[in-house]
This record gives sequence, structure tokens and C-alpha cells, in this order.
Amino acid sequence: MSLQLLDAGLVHANGHRALRGVSLEINAGERVAVIGPSGAGKTSLVRVLGASLRPTEGQVTIAGTDPWSLSAGALRRLRARIGVIHQSAPIPPRLRVVTAVLAGRLGRWSVWRSLVSLAAPSDATGARDALALLDLEDRLFDRCDHLSGGQLQRVGVARVLYQRPEVMLADEPVSALDPTLADQSLAALVAASETYKATFVASLHAVDLALKWFPRIIGMRNGEVAFDRPPAAVTRDMLHELYATEGRLLPYQGVEQQHEERPANVVQLKRPGCQ
Amino acid sequence: MIGAVLHTGAPPLRDPAARGRIGAAVVALIVLWPLLALAEFRPWMLFESGNLQVMGHFLAGFLPPETSLEFLALLGKATLETLAIATCGIALALIIAVPLAVAATRSLAVSRIGPGPGRHRGTAGRAAVRGLLTLLRAIPEVVWALIFVRALGLGPGAGVLAIAVTYGGMLGKVYTEILESGDTRAARALLEAGSPRLGALLYALIPGAAHELASYTVYRWECAVRASVVMGFVGAGGLGQLMDQSMKMLNGGETSSILITFLLLVLLADALSAVIRRVLA
Repeated sequence: MSLQLLDAGLVHANGHRALRGVSLEINAGERVAVIGPSGAGKTSLVRVLGASLRPTEGQVTIAGTDPWSLSAGALRRLRARIGVIHQSAPIPPRLRVVTAVLAGRLGRWSVWRSLVSLAAPSDATGARDALALLDLEDRLFDRCDHLSGGQLQRVGVARVLYQRPEVMLADEPVSALDPTLADQSLAALVAASETYKATFVASLHAVDLALKWFPRIIGMRNGEVAFDRPPAAVTRDMLHELYATEGRLLPYQGVEQQHEERPANVVQLKRPGCQ
Repeated sequence: MIGAVLHTGAPPLRDPAARGRIGAAVVALIVLWPLLALAEFRPWMLFESGNLQVMGHFLAGFLPPETSLEFLALLGKATLETLAIATCGIALALIIAVPLAVAATRSLAVSRIGPGPGRHRGTAGRAAVRGLLTLLRAIPEVVWALIFVRALGLGPGAGVLAIAVTYGGMLGKVYTEILESGDTRAARALLEAGSPRLGALLYALIPGAAHELASYTVYRWECAVRASVVMGFVGAGGLGQLMDQSMKMLNGGETSSILITFLLLVLLADALSAVIRRVLA
């Protein structure tokens, strides 16, 4: 599924301007990381791309159509094809892990199946398989309030893996994880996007993860696109300028990479026909 | 050191909010006084000797409670009838309340995301549903009972319908408020992933609010037991009708047996609520 923004701007209801004249074209199956300091508009960008926020200026096009001109039913069906991973997983604490993961497919299930599945999980195998990719399969029947913050974030990732959407949008999907788990979770998401040919857009605070896993990096600052290029063309100076407000150190998730000049080996798109 | 600061003209420790609070208390008293006068609130009248005597006689008639087998059989039948009225009434009230609450809950409104298509219709629809809920509960159940007794004749059926209508309005309003007061991000996230309204209700809002919803429902069931008594006075069956007869015949013993039954029913509701809360915790 392709995504386009044409001169999109967003002013929140409280008058705060989050996006300014953003134009992007993301092809179906492409993998894009959005980086930038906090408050740069990364979250707003991801939410506009997912038809959760309506741009106040300009145009958004998802899969070739303007989502805001669709009927309510068509918009709902379009949203069911988009999976969003939130920074803090929006999962009620009393829900069991299996139910939280299965909720990913509510957009495709009948109301009757949703109701029955609440009592007896209708696809426990599917939920377990999604959790297994994140090393969480042993927590399948635990309640979510018995999980740590990092585990809950991975349940949120598992939900989207189970949803199997055509576009995966992630807003700081690994912010609560340690470097190893963050890397593993991103690997699972990247693998899923490869397997299901899903477009994958992630906002990341950690520059090293962005440079490692994504063949296209968009730098955001003050609600504008500062740069949009492959990781090999992203220089240290560009990064330092991007994060100028956050001091001299660049935000890294790992430890060793702090000294590296350039990402060693970028994980490239494997499918032919993309890029 | 601290003493020195105090002596050298530090600002006095006067709470800047105190004046406003005292003012509010005085205003409340000034408003309350005429209300008390209007309500003919004269508690000292209770303790005038004549009144004490009259009340004493009335209460003395309550002892001992009536325990004849014949009356107890009657009481048991009336209790079952009351429980049936309250339970059927609440069940019907749920059928009215749940769809209306789902329609009125703002956090389940898909059109508010964006905002998307149909938002004006959605806002108008929610206002209409809230209006309907207000109408249902603004009319006291006794009035509904009087209306339904005209239509269905004397008996428990009218009580059931009266409770269903009034409590449908109350439950719907409070369900809406409970569902809106919790964490609504989970529901929003599901709606943003294309889940229908009911999916978001079942997988996001209810898991967060289940025990609150259940305990309020049980409390309303308890209220329905009491309400069915009042409606018994207008001929809607159950313990109320029995109590009406006992009081008209000035039979204090029977009345106190009926009151003890009420107490037991309220205790039962409490226990039920505790069990449900423990299961859902």
C-alpha cells in the first residue's frame, strides 16, 4: 500500500503546529524510518499517514485514495489494513495477552466472532505464533498487568504482527526495550514487512537502529522534513544538526555504535521491484 | 536561622485560599437556610412529648414480628415476586440501557477520529440519545407504574415495565459516564485499526471498567428491589402490596417482618456485589 503526503500541514486543536508543508511519497512495500528530536512531529506524521489525524492543510493519499473523502464504512475497512504500534501499548491492564493480541484482527472479524473469542480465544495458535517472534509465547495466558513495560510494548508489536496489515506504522515501537530486545523486535517487524510485502514506516528515537534496519531515512525537525535519503548518504553532520537542540550526543539505543562513523551494513529491502 | 527569617519580615503564613473557602461555606449556608424552611425541616418537633408518645405507640406495634406460618408463606411468595420484578426489570433495563449507552459514549464514536465523515450526524445522534435517557429516568418509576397498571391491570407486570423504563434510563446514563471516565486510549487505538464500535467496547472499554459496571448494576438491582416495594403501593404486586395491606390494617408485626425481609435482601445484594467484584478484580 502506498502513502503520499502533498504539502501536508497539521495544527492541533490547542493551536500547536505539528507539521508544516510535508511532502512525501512512500511506495508500497518500502521501509522508512523517521528520526528527529522529540517534538519534531514524528508522531503526528505517523498518525496522519495512518488516517488517525486529519491534516489541516494539504493532502494525504493512502493506497491511491484520499481517506477523508471516503464513506465511514470504507474508511473503517481502509483502517483495518493499517496497523499502528504505539509508543505505550494502549492495552487495558485486565486484558489477557492472548486477547490483546487477537484484538489486532477485530477490523476483519464479525461481531459474533469477536464476542465468542472473548470467552474462548478463537485463534490462540495465531496469537502464540506472533508472540513467539518476540520471545513472549510463554506469557500467552497471562494478564497484561503482570507484564513489565517492555513486555507490554512487545505485546503491542505482536498485535500488529497478528493483524498482518498492508501498512505497518510504528511510533517509537522499541522505546521501552533494552538494546538486544529492541533489535530483535525491529528484526521481527522488518521480517514481517518483507514476508507480507507490507509498507513499514517507523518513527525512532535511536539513530543507530534507524540506520541499521531502514533503507530510507527521513529526518524531521520543527514539523518539517529536514532530509530524506538513504542511510549511506546521511552524514554525522546532518545528524548533529538534526539533534542540535538535544546536546552533543546522538541518541543511540546500542552502546558500541556510539563510535562508529557510518552504519556498517544496512539491511536492504529483499524484494525485487521496490526502490 | 528560621526564627531569624521570621523576625525579619517574612510574609505572614496566611493561606490565600482561606478567604474563598470561608466565603463559599457562608454562601452555602445562606442558600441552604431558605431551603430548609421550604422543606419544613423542624427536627425538634420529633421530641415534643405528644409526638414522642404517638411514635412510641406506632413503633411498639411493630413488636414482635409476625411469624405465623400462614403469614410467612404469604411473605415468601411476595418476596419471590419482588425479586422476580426487580430481576426481570433490571434485565429489561439492560436491554434498553446497553445499546443506548454504546450509542451515547463519545469514546466509541468513530467519526470523532480525524474528525471523519458523519461527525455532525454523530454529535446530533449522541445528543438525541442522551435526551432520551434523560426522559426515561426523569419520570419516577411510580408514575410509569401508574401508567402501566392502567394498561396491564394490577399485578407485577406493570412493576417490571416501570423498572425497565426508569432504570434503563439511569443505567444507560451511568454506563456512558463510566465508559467515558476510564482510559479511552485503548478503544481509540482499536477504532483507528478499523475495529467496529462493538469490538472496541468489548476489547478495550469493558475490560477496563467491568467491575465498576457490575457493581453499579448490582446496586441498581438493590434499588429496584426497594422501588418495587413503593410500586406495590399502587398495585404493582410483590412485597409492597403486602406491606400496603398490613399497614392499612395497622398490623405492625407483619410490617416489621416485611422490613426484616428487606434488610436481608439488601444484605444479599451486598454479598452478590462483593462476589462479582472479586471475580472480576
